[in-house]
Amino acid sequence: MQLFARRQLRLTGRWPKGEKWLAGAMIAPAALVIFLVAAVPLVGVLWMSLFHHVLINPNNQPFVGVQNYITQLTSQGFWAAAERSLLFTVASTGIELILGLGLALLMNQPLRLRWILRGLVILPWALPGVSNALMWRWIDQAQYGALNALLTQTGIASSYINWLGDPHIAIYMVVLADVYKNTPLVALLLLAALQTVPKEPIEAARVDGAGSFQCFRYITLAWIKPVILIALVLRTMDAFKVFDTIWIMTRGGPANSTQTIAIYAYQTAYESFNFGGGAALGYLIALLIVGLAAIYIRLLRGGPVT
Amino acid sequence: MATGIRYRFVGLAIVALMVFAACSSSSPSSGGQGSAGGTITLHALFMKQAGYSDQEVAAMTSAFEAANPDIKVQTEFVAYEALHDKIVTDQVGGSGIYDTVLMDTIWPAEFAHAGIVQDLTSKLPADFTSGVFQSAFAGGEYQGHFYGVPWLNDTEFLFYNKTMLAQAGFTNPPTTWAELVTQAQALKSKGIVQYPFVGQWAQSELGVCDWTTIAGGSGGASFFDAQGKPTFNQGGPLAALQLMVQMKNDGLANPASLGYGSDDVRNVLIAGQAAFGLDWTYVYAAANDPAQSKVVGQIGIAPAPGGGTNGGMSMAVTRSSKHADAALKYDVFLASQAQEEKYTENALPEWKASFDKPELAKGSPELWAAAKIAFNTMVSRPMVPYYTSLSNALQVAIQKALTGESTPQAALDDVAAQVPTLANQ
Repeated sequence: MQLFARRQLRLTGRWPKGEKWLAGAMIAPAALVIFLVAAVPLVGVLWMSLFHHVLINPNNQPFVGVQNYITQLTSQGFWAAAERSLLFTVASTGIELILGLGLALLMNQPLRLRWILRGLVILPWALPGVSNALMWRWIDQAQYGALNALLTQTGIASSYINWLGDPHIAIYMVVLADVYKNTPLVALLLLAALQTVPKEPIEAARVDGAGSFQCFRYITLAWIKPVILIALVLRTMDAFKVFDTIWIMTRGGPANSTQTIAIYAYQTAYESFNFGGGAALGYLIALLIVGLAAIYIRLLRGGPVT
Repeated sequence: MATGIRYRFVGLAIVALMVFAACSSSSPSSGGQGSAGGTITLHALFMKQAGYSDQEVAAMTSAFEAANPDIKVQTEFVAYEALHDKIVTDQVGGSGIYDTVLMDTIWPAEFAHAGIVQDLTSKLPADFTSGVFQSAFAGGEYQGHFYGVPWLNDTEFLFYNKTMLAQAGFTNPPTTWAELVTQAQALKSKGIVQYPFVGQWAQSELGVCDWTTIAGGSGGASFFDAQGKPTFNQGGPLAALQLMVQMKNDGLANPASLGYGSDDVRNVLIAGQAAFGLDWTYVYAAANDPAQSKVVGQIGIAPAPGGGTNGGMSMAVTRSSKHADAALKYDVFLASQAQEEKYTENALPEWKASFDKPELAKGSPELWAAAKIAFNTMVSRPMVPYYTSLSNALQVAIQKALTGESTPQAALDDVAAQVPTLANQ
């Protein structure tokens, strides 16, 4: 029965009649849950974003149309936060990709004790985000943090550097914490891709006189390009809505220098209790991410393996 | 056979879903008003950290129940960070479960404005109005009305390192901010400590607390005039921000303060890396705990010059409470002199008379002596219904001034200009 169903599914792309309702019943609970926890709030939030809805002021909540969106799009705070998000995303995703590729190449070499290396690399990824942020807050602590201790004791820095208290440095310190945590994911994805690279084209290229770099550039990199794009998509979207790392490390400070768009939305919705504005921000962030996704999907489609 | 298992699985999934739905819908109904056998059940919301511990609140509650057999109290504890949201959502959007809630000193205006707490002005016992420190009382006040029974008492103190001060030739802690600056300059020039002062100036509520404390000693913490127009861009508050910036620029205040919260200031103090720091009562115990502190016996405590920020909290009776009288009775019991004097390990009493009892101060006379003065001179942060938004704007302004991105005057003027928008949110 099962075999038959699978064959028919493969041939016609459809479930056989008898199995159809079963398939429906099997996905119904999950579909119901998704409907309740995703679709309903999605519409609810859209509706909320059209009202002047400040929780603490329940008696004055008029319908304001797209006013919340206009307010946000014309506010300095929104664009400054979006800019910081962009900086955070580009910096963290870029560094993670370069480091991740390097680590993946290293882990792909037939080294002795390769399993230890792989185990070590995956460790930061296994840390909960909040623990990672707390750990980095301690490391970056100006007076008793490990980073300043290391730099002053090795003579690289002559005095303590105020990592999280200086608005020009703090954003890069939260990028660093994010890089530490998420590079392993990129490395593992790329390692998996590297292991599928066939040996024959490389051997053929070598026979034709290609050097190591050329082999890497035109064969290995071309082969793993789709996975690189997938890693990029995953990390970009995650980085764009980063919250926990920054909230734990700096709460958006100093002087708002690490206030990314997710922190801005949180503060609007839950600190000022401006639910209407927060809902509008939620939709604007979603739109920005959809825009990014569209670009990536186009890139993914346009880059088949050759 | 395989399909049989699948059907069973589907059935199981549906049952699980129904159980889940039943569980999640049953909890609000259990929060109703229990009235079995003529007894009343009160629901009280507290916070989990700082001040009285869960066990102490439980002990106080048991004592109250023993004295009032017709009233039962169900207590609930949440993190401070969740307290405000929990109260607001319960009262505004939710089912109004709680009868009485712990209210921070910065919330009465907002809660009173939204009508989610009851006006207790005429109901408070007379011995409270006369016996409790006036400035502690102000923590539950908004526009002349009282919305909370003051209970948890705390303020910012000036902690100082006696050994460092002695090395620089000073016998007493500073009593004014000008004196503190003079002492700090001497400490720095003699090379006793690199950064004499450490503050909790991170972009958080604590930054506003330090600013308010320093304003209290720099001409007064007056933030609005009688007409409700902002005055925090002049007088004491402006002078305070200018002093903070000056101290940072002169290397008297630790530049890392810009990223520091209360625990960071405590750690720097007890590591012996600062001569002065503003922090809360609990630091005194930590400073004298050999397990944590490198400077046991060296850290002194003094009232902040001119008065420290009121960090107290009060117990409010909610709008939704059907047993307002019983709730008030419970709150008054918790805050009674007898109860407050019984549990002094984590919070000091708010009663003036308690400080004339040497047997209470036996363990840490220095702390009690400082507190007796400090509790009398506490200053309040701005009392406006839109406090959270205002505080967020002020936090950024303080940081912009401290990082040199803006002058203190321009940074505070900018917030003053935002006030009409913030107020009309």
